[in-house]
Amino acid sequence: MDKQKIISLLPYSEPFLFVDTLEVVTEDEVVGHYTYREDAFFYQGHFKNHPVTPGVILTETMAQIGLVCMGIYLLRDKIANGLTPGMAFSSQAVDYYKAVYPGERVRVHAKKQYFRFGKLKCQVEMYNAQGELVCKGVLAGMVGKGVRVG
Amino acid sequence: MNKQERIAAIKRIVEPYVQEKAALENLNEDTDFLKDLNINSAHLVDIILDVEDEFDIEIEDEAMEKMLTVGAALAIIEEKVK
Repeated sequence: MDKQKIISLLPYSEPFLFVDTLEVVTEDEVVGHYTYREDAFFYQGHFKNHPVTPGVILTETMAQIGLVCMGIYLLRDKIANGLTPGMAFSSQAVDYYKAVYPGERVRVHAKKQYFRFGKLKCQVEMYNAQGELVCKGVLAGMVGKGVRVG
Repeated sequence: MNKQERIAAIKRIVEPYVQEKAALENLNEDTDFLKDLNINSAHLVDIILDVEDEFDIEIEDEAMEKMLTVGAALAIIEEKVK
């Protein structure tokens, strides 16, 4: 499945789409990029007069690239047959190391731990443009049949 | 391992994921993992992976879909360990 096609199948849109490009997509790993828009809505309040990307947005970015893009790729055959897979975030444990400011580009690298019975669990790391570790953790979600979103 | 020992093993496996500690005390063959123990579907997957390790068996998707109660899990374990 084409990388651009995967992005087009993501169930998100502005202002909550956090995937610009995908560099690597295989059964076992995904690498993708996102640049935080300087005018993104959350900078208006996080923090007062001091815009920093919220940790929950960094985690969301890791989930969209690491879990959802990989999930779409893993379910590509079912999607080709007309299925619209549901996605539900089920757990996350993330540690944060560096702040990310407006306009910064990040690289997310996800490695699959397992995909069984509809549960996808990945080890995910995020790096800034200088190659420094921003955050890392283990994320899991339910993908595929029987899962509804919205 | 007899049936009571298997139930005890299942109880030990599910314990970390259970929200309803009272229901865990009364765990029996009729106990429904999702409804009675309030376990979410992602944790049910973790439980089944732990059951595979505990009993050294492999559970397929079709069998997993039936493992909604302790009794159903016991039946599948019994069939697999033969």
